[in-house]
Amino acid sequence: MKKTVILGALTVAGLTATAAAAATLDDVKARGKLNCGVTTGLVGFAAPDANGEWDGFDVGVCRAVAAAVLGDASAVEFVPTTGKTRFTALASGEIDMLARNTTWTFSRDVDLKFEFVGINYYDGQGFMVPKELGVSSAKELDGATVCIQTGTTTELNLADFFRANNISYEPVPIETNAEAQPLYLEGACDVYTTDASGLAATRAAFEDPSAHVVLPEIISKEPLGPLVRHGDHEWGDIVRWTLNALIAAEELGVTAANIGEMSGGTDNPEINRLLGSEGNLGEMLGLDADWAMKAISAGGNYAELFEANIGESTAIGLSRGLNAQWTDGGLLYSPPFR
Amino acid sequence: MSDQQAQSVAFVRDTMLPQEAPPASQTGPVKWVRDNLFPDVFNAVLTLIALFFIYKILAGFLPWLMGGLWTTASLAECREILDGATGGCFSVLTERWNQLLFGFKYPPDQYWRPTLAFVMLFVAAAPLLFAMYVPSKVLYFTALYPFIAFWLIWGGTIVVPLVALLGFIVGYMAFKKVEAASFAGALGAAIVSAAVVWFVGGFLSDAMSGVLALPEVPSRDMGGFMLNFILGVVCVSLSLPIGILLALGRQSDMPIIKWICVVFIEFIRGVPLITLLFVANVVLAYFLPPGTTFDLILRVIIMITMFSSAYIAEVIRGGLAALPKGQYEAADSLGLDYAQSMRLIIMPQALKISIPGIVNVAVGLFKDTTLVSVISMFDLVGMIRGPILASTEWNGVYWELWGFAILMFFPVCYGISQYSQWLERKLATDHR
Repeated sequence: MKKTVILGALTVAGLTATAAAAATLDDVKARGKLNCGVTTGLVGFAAPDANGEWDGFDVGVCRAVAAAVLGDASAVEFVPTTGKTRFTALASGEIDMLARNTTWTFSRDVDLKFEFVGINYYDGQGFMVPKELGVSSAKELDGATVCIQTGTTTELNLADFFRANNISYEPVPIETNAEAQPLYLEGACDVYTTDASGLAATRAAFEDPSAHVVLPEIISKEPLGPLVRHGDHEWGDIVRWTLNALIAAEELGVTAANIGEMSGGTDNPEINRLLGSEGNLGEMLGLDADWAMKAISAGGNYAELFEANIGESTAIGLSRGLNAQWTDGGLLYSPPFR
Repeated sequence: MSDQQAQSVAFVRDTMLPQEAPPASQTGPVKWVRDNLFPDVFNAVLTLIALFFIYKILAGFLPWLMGGLWTTASLAECREILDGATGGCFSVLTERWNQLLFGFKYPPDQYWRPTLAFVMLFVAAAPLLFAMYVPSKVLYFTALYPFIAFWLIWGGTIVVPLVALLGFIVGYMAFKKVEAASFAGALGAAIVSAAVVWFVGGFLSDAMSGVLALPEVPSRDMGGFMLNFILGVVCVSLSLPIGILLALGRQSDMPIIKWICVVFIEFIRGVPLITLLFVANVVLAYFLPPGTTFDLILRVIIMITMFSSAYIAEVIRGGLAALPKGQYEAADSLGLDYAQSMRLIIMPQALKISIPGIVNVAVGLFKDTTLVSVISMFDLVGMIRGPILASTEWNGVYWELWGFAILMFFPVCYGISQYSQWLERKLATDHR
């Protein structure tokens, strides 16, 4: 702030300050805070509460990384980004990582020079219709008016789906999810389509959720995950393995409640390696031996994060579905900690 | 004779009759209603239709307002209590009013600071807006106000605004010293000396960062209506003088100045504000070295100021063009130099003509500050669209929140417009 008064001094300072970008890990440690990009607000995934504290499923990933690196789950500076500003914020170094329900696609990974470190939520595009419409499959939607967010992959998926099934539709373009809700309820469109998690959250906010159904078809793959910049693999490894630690913790039965007891050492060598009582995994990452323990203690393992923010006990009420462990028929599969 | 008269004239009134009240149909509310609402059949029908619509609106609105709930913890709870009855869920306002006003990251125990700055704004603005009623000594406070307000809202040590102020003072004194010799030289001397003061002061304020320090609040933590207000006030007050200079520059005989002004105005007017905001937020980050961040609010202020000053310049140019050529010639024939003739003769008249246009730009600018929500700044609209509607408790509350936004914006915009009309009447010296 001091520099804002003095434009000239600021520019000079800016030019000399960071001629060469140091390793992200060192930057974060020197700063004492993790700059984590999140959405400006998405129910269940990231939103500040009445006290201004960020909360949500994506926010949990940020906090876990901050805990692993800095030992403090609250040492996060949340930088809200919109769909349009998120990639520049990451590319310009304004944020160290982005956890903002971003779909992992080829061009984002390769062309935009980012590195997706994993998937924390498997989503897919779905349809919601009022029950009274009497539709049970998306293929019966011939001639329907569809509320659709413009400029997103969902718009393209929708066009593909309707063309592939040789049926017609009339799009009603909208800007945000918040805008879609009243339009859909007023009947400006017959169908609302967006990611299934978004549909569930939207439906949960209706006065009478039972009057609306989410159709069974999921017409696209939307793997959402945190991402970092190309070029700093050590940092990418830290974020990747923090996410894996949360997933592995669920698989191994490590929870925020029993972690204190388990960190003393167990019969399961993998748990011991994960929690740092055996081996030197933390050292390899350039972190403390108990890095994963701190990450898991921050908000619990994957299942606990899921249940607390978007799970069936919350208003959003998402079932695990694809996001169950591979042992339970889902897609979550953490590589071994060895 | 008197008898005869008495016989021929049956009765002579020798006192005045007391004045009768006008007939009931020609007076009071009845007459007003008849004249204004039911003068003929066509108007009577229109009145009835209008009354019907007013009734419809109120019948919907009042139960919603009166039956509203103010104390629940979430929208779901609201619906449970209302149980199908009509009523707003105003609890979102009681719970989140502070976020709507100050953003969600401004420390709550520091709310008094922006509030105090807001109150002081009225004192500071009074001598500018109501020069004839306010003692001119208050102008000193107005000059100090930007520094006080900066210190209050952003916090930090008081040395920073003091150094900034000192730079201006030293620059002004240097200007005065050299002004007699050459205007351009004086301008250069002022800029150089101010820059020296700021440069030295920069070290000083770093060293004395604890002196009279309020807890620092970074720009990123500003939000809510406060952000709209900061942007609106700063940009309007900066763009007016810059706009005047641009308008004069465009009329100038000096080709370089003229072309710089023309290109600037035409370029800025040819670009949508939202594009400029994206440039401020996104593109600048590519030009700056990695890791440096140039204060976002400052970037946005620069962009909005550039935008509105181009518009104000064109409005004022209209005012200048409306002045008869005789006014310019009169100023010349009095022997006034350029600065004097502009200050004493041309500008007072041109600005008076331009008032409606300037106010139009100012009101539009104030409302345009909500556009910053698209570059992920949490102004009032950004707060509503982002965090509040995305919270699990309040997802689905619309009317109450947008109604609140209207309640915030309307008085300000209406106040500006009323002030301008008052000013026009006050300055109405022409003979109509």
